[in-house]
Amino acid sequence: MTQKDTSVATYPARTAPQERAKRNNLPRYLSYAGMLAVMLVIGIPLYWMVIASLKTNAEIYTIPPSWIPLEPTLANYPAAWQAAPFGQYYLNSIFITVVGTAIKVFFAVTSAYALVFLRFPGKQYIFLILLAALMIPPEITIVPNYITIARIGWVNTYQGILVAGIATAYGTFLLRQYFSTMPREIIEAAKVDGANHLQILVLIVLPIAQPALVTMALITVVYIWNDFLWPLIVTNSAAMRTLPIGIFWLLDQEGVTNWGVVMAGTVFVIAPIVLIFIWAQKYIVEGIAAGAVKE
Amino acid sequence: MAAVPTPNPNGLPQPAAWRTRFRREWREWLLFALFVFPNLFLFGVFNYWPLLYNFYLSFVDWNFIRADILWVGFRNYQRVFSSTKFYEILWNTLVFSVSSFIFTLILGLAIALLLNQRLQGRNLVRAVVFSPTMLSGAAIAVIWTYIFDPRYGLLSEILGFVGLPSPNWLTSTFWAMPALIIVYVWKNMGYSVIIFLAGLQTISKDLYDAARVDGANAWDRFVHVTLPGLRPIVFFLSVTTILQSFQAFDIIRVMTGGGPANATNTLIYHLYELGFVSFNAGQAGVVAVVLFIIMFTLTVIQFRFMDQSEHGER
Repeated sequence: MTQKDTSVATYPARTAPQERAKRNNLPRYLSYAGMLAVMLVIGIPLYWMVIASLKTNAEIYTIPPSWIPLEPTLANYPAAWQAAPFGQYYLNSIFITVVGTAIKVFFAVTSAYALVFLRFPGKQYIFLILLAALMIPPEITIVPNYITIARIGWVNTYQGILVAGIATAYGTFLLRQYFSTMPREIIEAAKVDGANHLQILVLIVLPIAQPALVTMALITVVYIWNDFLWPLIVTNSAAMRTLPIGIFWLLDQEGVTNWGVVMAGTVFVIAPIVLIFIWAQKYIVEGIAAGAVKE
Repeated sequence: MAAVPTPNPNGLPQPAAWRTRFRREWREWLLFALFVFPNLFLFGVFNYWPLLYNFYLSFVDWNFIRADILWVGFRNYQRVFSSTKFYEILWNTLVFSVSSFIFTLILGLAIALLLNQRLQGRNLVRAVVFSPTMLSGAAIAVIWTYIFDPRYGLLSEILGFVGLPSPNWLTSTFWAMPALIIVYVWKNMGYSVIIFLAGLQTISKDLYDAARVDGANAWDRFVHVTLPGLRPIVFFLSVTTILQSFQAFDIIRVMTGGGPANATNTLIYHLYELGFVSFNAGQAGVVAVVLFIIMFTLTVIQFRFMDQSEHGER
């Protein structure tokens, strides 16, 4: 209680301009120092990867290591491209990511549209079944799913990599939230004008939902591109591996003795996502924050 | 909901009403089915069916190849629960999850509070701190394997600068787990920063102003305004972070392979190992069942709590 009184008493002092400036600046500098520390902790490992990929082998294996490459070279990149079939990995990763994202977005759009705008007996239970699928972590399904995929004969195929994770509850949920906030009058007006559901979906709902669609698509791209466990299990030849599996094998072969080449390979894996992230970080970050806070 | 016909006393739609409804709406029902059932069917095959199948597998002896699948009752459970390795693995999972959770939440909150001020460049820092969550776990694990290299790695250089010898991080039974936790927290704390920041924004400025008028200092405001305001977020993040850490696989596979001597073997890694290294479908089934029960319980607790907090506060 006494503390309260004294601090109230000091209030007038705060209005004196010089006093105020002196008091407020120290925490500000500390905050900037904190921000710098965060940048360094996150940035240095990534910086380390990039400069190692630009160093000669001799330089990598000198102690102490250099913070700026003494004789920068790009030689590790072609070397990595040859040490593992990165061309094929890229092809596989891009194909799976593009097709997988397209199908997932399609499923999310159609399911969400149906759940919001179409009549069906007991559809709230259907929504619950879809939603509850979120509670089943894909990791625990690997053995049964491998058996299923093997029975269909899809081991080591694109469809085998894709199909097990292609259904979408997260996307359906996200878009359903978004669709249900749309003004009903627009939809009703379109119906009165004789528009059918396909027209309403394509011409009215999708354009309005564009931000949510972009967010969902971007998050899906990142997820499929980085997926590791399932492609590791379901592929068994270099011809079918995706980039994350490829970099794992490259580390296995070349690691420790050839860090420059391995780091160049790592740049191959993360560069596309870094570019996407720089370009679309607002969509991704805000999409994720909105999803969680809405609850 | 509005289209539900008047129910009969049993609460079920009368057959006649149903039939007229069908006659009127069958086109819409058909479209609904076309739109939803593929998604639903795939969930059935690749999410719900595996739950039952895991349960079934946990009672059989099978190596994925043999034609005959042997029913062995509870023998797989006995085998798994009587091996000391399983308890080591449970312990490792607990250590990994709890430490990741504590560090992710504390660092996430600290950074979020830092970035919640009006500082120049805070959006850049927010993007940078979040960026590792977007990157391939396998690639991150490869980078950190290099950083942890006891001779040529970055950490040995930094430790040498301070005058400390570098531990053999990934080949030491003591240091391998801390190394994994460091990488995991480094990669994932950005997510909690984003969520905390969003949560901080929902706390009304009026509360802070009121506290200031009452003479509360920064610490008092943090304890009495910020923390209570963040309670639902903290709970959401706790469960999400723990659930996610149970699923950490890529960094373990790449950095340690569960070793040395099982020091970093966790439930999910053990499941992979039993299934796809020793081809023991039965024991893999047991581990999958155990893992599912743990994670399911956590999710149910989360839903329960969220319901309560929603009804309680509004």
